[in-house]
Amino acid sequence: MAMKPSPYGTQIPFEEKDYKVVGTNPSVRPDAIDKVTGKARYAADINLPGQLIGKVLRSPHAHARILSIDTSKAEALPGVKSVVTQNDFADLPVQHAASGEIIINFRDVTRTMMAREKVLFDGHPLAAVAATSEAIAKQALKLIKVNYEVLPHVIDVVEAMLPDAPILHEDQFTKGVEPIPEKPSNIAAQLKSEIGDIESGFAQADVSIEHEFNTKAAHQGYIEPHATVANYTDGGNAEVWTSTQGHFVIRAQIAKVLGMDVSKIKVTPAELGGGFGGKNSIYLEPLAIILSKKSGRAVKMTMTRDEVFRASGPTSGTNIVIKIGMKNDGTITAAEALLNYQSGCFPGSSLPLCINTAFTRYDIPNVRVIGNDVTCNRPRVAAYRAPGAPMIAFGVETVIDELAERLNIDPIDIRLKNAAKEGTQTHFGPKLGRIGFVETLEAAKAHEHMKAELGPNQGRGIATAFWNTLGMETSSTLNINQDGTASLIYGTVDVAGGSRAAFAQIVAEELGIPFENVRAIQSDTSSLGFNFTTAGSRGTAAGSMAAVKATRDAITRLCEVAARIWEVEPDQVVWEDGHARPASSNVGNFEPLSIQEIAMKAGFYGGTIAGHAEINVTGGGPGFGTHLVDVEVDRQTGAITVLRYTIIQDAGKAVFPEFVKAQFHGAAVQGIGMALNEEYIYDKNGIMENPGFLDYRMPVASDLSFKIDTEIVEVPNPLHPYGVRGIGEVPIIPPLGAIANAIYDAVGVRLSDHPMSPPKVLKALKKIETLEAAE
Amino acid sequence: MKKIHLQTNINGDEVDVLVEPGQSLLDILRDELHMTGTKEGCATGDCGACSVTIDGNLVCACLVLGAEIGGKKIDTIEGMANGDELHPLQKKFIEHVALQCGICTPGLLVAAKHFLEENPDPTEEEVRYGIAGNLCRCTGYQNIIKAVMDAAAEMRGA
Repeated sequence: MAMKPSPYGTQIPFEEKDYKVVGTNPSVRPDAIDKVTGKARYAADINLPGQLIGKVLRSPHAHARILSIDTSKAEALPGVKSVVTQNDFADLPVQHAASGEIIINFRDVTRTMMAREKVLFDGHPLAAVAATSEAIAKQALKLIKVNYEVLPHVIDVVEAMLPDAPILHEDQFTKGVEPIPEKPSNIAAQLKSEIGDIESGFAQADVSIEHEFNTKAAHQGYIEPHATVANYTDGGNAEVWTSTQGHFVIRAQIAKVLGMDVSKIKVTPAELGGGFGGKNSIYLEPLAIILSKKSGRAVKMTMTRDEVFRASGPTSGTNIVIKIGMKNDGTITAAEALLNYQSGCFPGSSLPLCINTAFTRYDIPNVRVIGNDVTCNRPRVAAYRAPGAPMIAFGVETVIDELAERLNIDPIDIRLKNAAKEGTQTHFGPKLGRIGFVETLEAAKAHEHMKAELGPNQGRGIATAFWNTLGMETSSTLNINQDGTASLIYGTVDVAGGSRAAFAQIVAEELGIPFENVRAIQSDTSSLGFNFTTAGSRGTAAGSMAAVKATRDAITRLCEVAARIWEVEPDQVVWEDGHARPASSNVGNFEPLSIQEIAMKAGFYGGTIAGHAEINVTGGGPGFGTHLVDVEVDRQTGAITVLRYTIIQDAGKAVFPEFVKAQFHGAAVQGIGMALNEEYIYDKNGIMENPGFLDYRMPVASDLSFKIDTEIVEVPNPLHPYGVRGIGEVPIIPPLGAIANAIYDAVGVRLSDHPMSPPKVLKALKKIETLEAAE
Repeated sequence: MKKIHLQTNINGDEVDVLVEPGQSLLDILRDELHMTGTKEGCATGDCGACSVTIDGNLVCACLVLGAEIGGKKIDTIEGMANGDELHPLQKKFIEHVALQCGICTPGLLVAAKHFLEENPDPTEEEVRYGIAGNLCRCTGYQNIIKAVMDAAAEMRGA
């Protein structure tokens, strides 16, 4: 969404038809058996002959100038085969590129990977070593001597914006404000999105409510730490096996930071152990390649959990102000947002996406959103599943709830009254096409969850979500094998195991052959043209568009071979149910040819049959959802217990319905974890205090003793042949807002600081009890 | 540093290993024996991805010193299926879409199998507490609970 859609994009109109395979649940998912037997190979499971182990030296300071780095003692340690520092990497000029849903700047990418002038966060890499064992590599790190000049640091987003805050980048002057500032600032850029006339919009309102919210940084929390194995060969080529959501993007980034030709780098994406947006950028890969080049040996590097928390990207912590104006009948006349977002040590948070989507699910004539992208002494933020959106929805959905109460309108009705629909003008430009938001709200209204009785200290909350689906470059090849089976080579990394099943289902549907006869195989970077990374919910939506196009291309070839066998023209042959048939009785009296017969004879009749797609998808299809939650508040401890949760979302078309529901579960539980527990905690020196799973508390099974209901709404995406929309990100957006609204319904306190952990809830309860006592 | 020679039994096979004093059982399995089905998520005993059993006791392999495993009987995910025949838990995990990325799955399966051996007829709540030591970030656990309950029912019937 940060990039303008290409005018040369590919969209294939939705075709209404009955499906045999699409919309069913495969009994055995292609990836599943290897995953339940331990045979699936993740990056850390890959070992090369003679490999060394690489480790990274990281900054113990939040902010310090690097005065000197002496690696001589480490290099002299027996078993150490190579050491790298900033001197092994070229400095790079300012150059921007898309990396998932976030825009990166290579000047900063090279500095995030390996500090240059300064260390900018606790955990910032300074040097790396490769040795014959992990123990020796760790010992070597201790022998590297770094002299620092420790500088004042700043962690909090609001403090970082103050005029006297410690400045991270002396050459950073706020972009997007007039006049151009003379003083450097941690505000890297101010962004704006506006339609209508905000002042007159609020003037038309009968009621306006403004409310400020603060949220803490949260981590994607993938269970697989980042891992890479690299081998630099004598021919000047690099082979890399890595844990990534986008091997082509990783290859491009490696090429840029190492000054290598793209053609000399081959990246193989291993089975991915979770990414959720956090594995779209290079971390270890270039270090491992140069350690390998200098040592002449393959090098394996894995992060510890501590390193994952301290040095890979969490989402932005934020400070948000939301103001919404309504008429007495509940019509929103104006909405305004101020979004202050941490970007971490370098600029470039998800703000460009957030600016444009803050209010998109509602039809509002007058909107103004202003955002500040703020650097602070934290790791560079990375995308985390609808990056930045859950925090805005926390604010927007809370304020809408407050207005609903003030105007005495039902919370679902007030959202229905303002719901975006086909033709609604968005504040980021285009009008919305056919969407299913109203359908999700109506389904919520009719859901049995709404009828469940609530006891004392129990409450119900609702919140809604919108997120767009990225398209971008997508390539695929469908090979029709000699035995009539089909192999789809796809290039959008299958991040969770569902999309490769969905691709095989769609190819089987198109070809008219059994699902079991199609295998979807993930490419490395040498077997397909460039594919964008799996981000922005695009995996199945965009990947399946390429699969359809490649399959239709192969079908043309299958018909061509049949025509040659029958000695007729190709346009006299049609493809139906896995067979070539004469287009009409006029063509001749030919028995249909099966895919097996054609594949077997293809060699003689022109050669192997394959189909290709190299497209830029622009028909991703926006996604909308509505969540309901019941909670109980413990007035003694402040603990929140979720009692019941319902997720309703427009999937366009669920290719593999049980997997779509499973994605809804997972995303909502991530949102619930974020809402109730998860936060980055820093000490006064800017050192992260909870870089482990014990203290960074993600939900475990016993935290979730409640029923999660899911309901898939299917309003087809008009720009996709099967109507598919992206589904992965939308369901992480509502939980914060829904839970906050449920807490209010239960005990009458409005929480505006995240996470809604027991101490915060207790404090808020005490505050109203004191107020009530005073009255 | 001098390595220690140990003999142990892994999934029914007698195995000789040379152990460095600082290595964990997880290091031995993954780095020395190349049995990479057991995963490392944290190396601090917080995530359960490296769950294995030693003499029938469920442990995080990252918290066990390699030097302690001599003469023990260790069971890992690689020994769970009986040849081509998947364990009921493995089948039910697939059937109920109880896995997505799959990195936590081997540990969860080992922990769930151990749990059902101790409690073959659990309530849902008991299952939730029984696998509370295993983090999963993809699924939200509901399908895992369903799979374990369903497998338990099938195993009781068998």
